[in-house]
Amino acid sequence: MAKPASKPKRAAAKQPAAPARKPNGAGQDLQREVEQLLFRQAEALDEKRWQEFIELFTADGMYWMPPAPHYTTWDGMPAIFAEDRDLMTVRMKRVTHPHAWSQAPEWGTNHVVSNVVVEKVDPSSGDVHVRSRFHMVELRRDELRHFAGSYRHHLKRTKDGFRIKLQRVDMMNAQAPYEYVLQAWV
Amino acid sequence: MLHERIPNLKALVEPDRVHRLCYTDPEIFELELANIFEKCWIYAGHESQVKKPGDFWTFQIGRQPLAMIRGHGGKIHVLYNRCPHRGTQIFGARYGNAGDTLTCSYHSWRYHYDGTIESVPLARGYEGTTFASHDCNMQRAPRVESYRGFVFASLAESGPSLVEWLGPAKVAFDDICDRSPEGEVEVVMNCYRVVQRSNWKFFMENQLDAVHPSVTHESTGRAAADVEFQIQRRTGEKPLHYHMLSAFVIPFEKWDSLETFGYPYGHTILGGYMGLRPQDPDTLEYERILAKAYGEQKKDEYLSRNIHHTLVYPCLSVQSPLQQLRAIRPLAPDRTLSEIWHFRLKGVPEPIYRRSLWYYNLVNSPATLVNADDLENWQKGQWGLASRGGDWVSFHRDYGRDKIEGSVMRSSSGCSEMPMRAQFRAWLEYMTAGA
Repeated sequence: MAKPASKPKRAAAKQPAAPARKPNGAGQDLQREVEQLLFRQAEALDEKRWQEFIELFTADGMYWMPPAPHYTTWDGMPAIFAEDRDLMTVRMKRVTHPHAWSQAPEWGTNHVVSNVVVEKVDPSSGDVHVRSRFHMVELRRDELRHFAGSYRHHLKRTKDGFRIKLQRVDMMNAQAPYEYVLQAWV
Repeated sequence: MLHERIPNLKALVEPDRVHRLCYTDPEIFELELANIFEKCWIYAGHESQVKKPGDFWTFQIGRQPLAMIRGHGGKIHVLYNRCPHRGTQIFGARYGNAGDTLTCSYHSWRYHYDGTIESVPLARGYEGTTFASHDCNMQRAPRVESYRGFVFASLAESGPSLVEWLGPAKVAFDDICDRSPEGEVEVVMNCYRVVQRSNWKFFMENQLDAVHPSVTHESTGRAAADVEFQIQRRTGEKPLHYHMLSAFVIPFEKWDSLETFGYPYGHTILGGYMGLRPQDPDTLEYERILAKAYGEQKKDEYLSRNIHHTLVYPCLSVQSPLQQLRAIRPLAPDRTLSEIWHFRLKGVPEPIYRRSLWYYNLVNSPATLVNADDLENWQKGQWGLASRGGDWVSFHRDYGRDKIEGSVMRSSSGCSEMPMRAQFRAWLEYMTAGA
């Protein structure tokens, strides 16, 4: 019994550790740092820490959800969301207003963010482009709604760590009719 | 049968109140589809949605699945989406280009863009059968007309022409198009679709309900006003799109000073309140372009039409100053699909387009900062009316003070419930026609 068990160990020892996502130059540390930011952002949404969510964006940061995958910019285009920090603040103040009637029923979300791939690191600026996938379940009143799709984050390195310059959110159901609407960022 | 169970529909609609069954009863709903939606002019789409021959866009009138398609020679046809062979729908995609011919995916019967049969495979198999007397052409909507590029179809063989039927409500389309120096608009190729879990009439009534904005949209109005103030302090300027949101919370008195109109067939108009004619350089440049195209006098006439909403009953809400249109398709007594479109004024500087785009995105997208609370109200309204907690819906406000001029109802009180009364006047006429 002992012999076969030792075989794989020896084989593993011969091979060097697989490089983490080498093509983009991202090492384990960068991968981890980026993931931590995405997880923190998802938690801010799920825990309704709206101000913290907004502060994850750079001063000129944008949250963008195009109405279809073929869109390449939010500028001058139809957009389900195209919000800078000022508009995000309107949304935050709206959902936290005591007379936000649509917020009266029980409401909350649960995000899972995964498949995080560091796509590109700009050697001069240190900007990082990341793609990932999400699955979000929303409870509203007594009903669950499921949303899934992909994120693309353009991150800037700041003295406080990464901040989001642009987040693009592509919904699987971007072109399908929405049952009710989206009240907060996805 | 409906007439046995509810012997008199007229008893459900009084001049100033309406029975809850009008919103909840499945048989009344079916009768609405048959007597209203499948009888009058229903919005199909805009001509620019189908530019090239073979371009099509599917839509629904009542229970009937249809498609509008551009034919050779430019004519737009509206066809039932059904193969005359075995019933299979011909158009599988929601929109697109049909290719050389319309081809059924089941047995390859082929049709021209106008629905006439082009070919049937294995033609020999029909020799000696009565096939020759079988109508092999796709059925067309009996009537298709367009007004200034907006296409409507009617499933009724006869009735008033589109322009006759629109009557004064055609100003909605004039007001959109005349804001372009070329007198035309082009659709922005995106349709936001949102399902309302409420009867279609909730939507139609809400659009001209001037009491609800400062109540329903208080949270958004206040939030936008706060941020608008911060931006002004920071930059010295107030972006117009914040005003589009903060204007929802103007006081009741201001809403009440608007005029409303009720026309034959249930069409209704609410006067404007947003003051969307600022004096910034972009607007002044735009006004110069319009004056060059139409002359000063016409330009002023076109830009001073004071309309917030025009309702083309039973399926359209048009916000002409912002070039947006919402079409509703009733799905069930408590489910309604809304299709939300935006139009670009031809020949107009980009900043003017972007101004109305803000409204399309902030107010009308599926992440709307505004309609979230409307849909919530209508959903709760639907549940309330399904209960036995009361039979009647009240439309009493300012009843008896409407000015009746021939078939036109007018109110100088913007908060009057006259538009709802005018809609139900038409509703009852449609529902009891021929009974």
